[in-house]
Amino acid sequence: MQQKRKAVALISGGLDSMLAAKVVLDQGVHVEGINFFTGFCVEGHTHAIRKKDKAKPKRNNALWVAEQLGIKLHIIDIIEEYKDVVINPKHGYGANLNPCLDCKIFMVGKAREWIKQNGFDFVITGEVIGQRPMSQRKDTMPVVARESGADDLLLRPLCAKNLAPTLPEREGWIDRQDLHDFSGRGRKPQMALAQKFEIKDYAQPAGGCCFLTDKNYAKKLSDLWNTQGHKDYELDDIMLLKVGRHLRPRPNFKMIIAREEGEGKFLQGYKKTFVHMQTTSHNGPLVLIDGKPDQDDLALAARITARYSQGREAESVLVSVVSDGVEQNWSVMPLPPHEIPNDWHI
Amino acid sequence: MRMHYLDARHLLCPLPVIRVQDRVKKLIVGDMLEVSCTDPGVMQDIPAWCRINGHRLVSAVGNDGEFTIRLEVGEE
Repeated sequence: MQQKRKAVALISGGLDSMLAAKVVLDQGVHVEGINFFTGFCVEGHTHAIRKKDKAKPKRNNALWVAEQLGIKLHIIDIIEEYKDVVINPKHGYGANLNPCLDCKIFMVGKAREWIKQNGFDFVITGEVIGQRPMSQRKDTMPVVARESGADDLLLRPLCAKNLAPTLPEREGWIDRQDLHDFSGRGRKPQMALAQKFEIKDYAQPAGGCCFLTDKNYAKKLSDLWNTQGHKDYELDDIMLLKVGRHLRPRPNFKMIIAREEGEGKFLQGYKKTFVHMQTTSHNGPLVLIDGKPDQDDLALAARITARYSQGREAESVLVSVVSDGVEQNWSVMPLPPHEIPNDWHI
Repeated sequence: MRMHYLDARHLLCPLPVIRVQDRVKKLIVGDMLEVSCTDPGVMQDIPAWCRINGHRLVSAVGNDGEFTIRLEVGEE
């Protein structure tokens, strides 16, 4: 009896990786999914925090995809190891701080390690030639295979017919005839294949799943690195960059101002580690102060805090300021809008 | 049957799922795990994780930002 081959599929939660896994599953291969958590993933966090995302289903799309496909999913925390990818990308950044090519090499490399440790035979990705400007080009896809160490154990079922046959195809574990020849940024072939598989519900495909591709997020991360004088981060740093309005009135401190109730609740969890302030005479947002502010800085921050409260038009507003566990209550005049220059906004 | 407890409060998804996944690896079939969370996403994600990995969801209750999920470790 022929041995049943085993493959691990990189599952992002989007349509392409779902289709790629399905194509291989349908050839009788045992498939399990793998999903990497870098800390920069958009879904999950923003759904939990922001009101604007309330309409979206509060689900992890990778788990949802795995369930639809009837496969196991292994979610791997790579936060620490991934730092080097973000900080020192060998192949550089894309339009923002997205190290897409290094990221893909890293993830395929991790999957390659995983199959070795778990007795699997090959790796599947949902890559399509020409789909992404950096990591999914005809000239960079061989780089991913080579530098990840996966080489011809890396099967891309959606565009395999445009590439040289991989080991699973050459050995007959997979029938190349049933693979695909998708290319380019168009989504029609994927939509048609989804229809063929009767897949009707799927997350919005192609991009948008990583904060590093977001211009505003990248600006905040650059500010963090410039301020601390070196490129590094902890998980809390990158989580906080996703939340609130960030203002840097002076080089030595910045303010993180909750924009809505969900963000306020989230920032509550950081009150023990940050100087924080909030208006008490009027409703207003929780504000964290990041950096090393002196008393004069805190006085300015209190006036800005008052500006973002419902007392913005009042002559004076009471602000509770908590530093090192000691609370002070100050009466301040809200800072007028014209005294908050645009370049304070990060 | 042994009862275990995991505090996953103030973690946002998928971290609670990852913590559950890592804890369950150290438990044996039939053990119970109770998880406390604050991210409402766990009400979808942990049950889904249980279903695809062969564990039994015993209960998932929550209100006002606190969620408690109980599961029984199955055979993976």
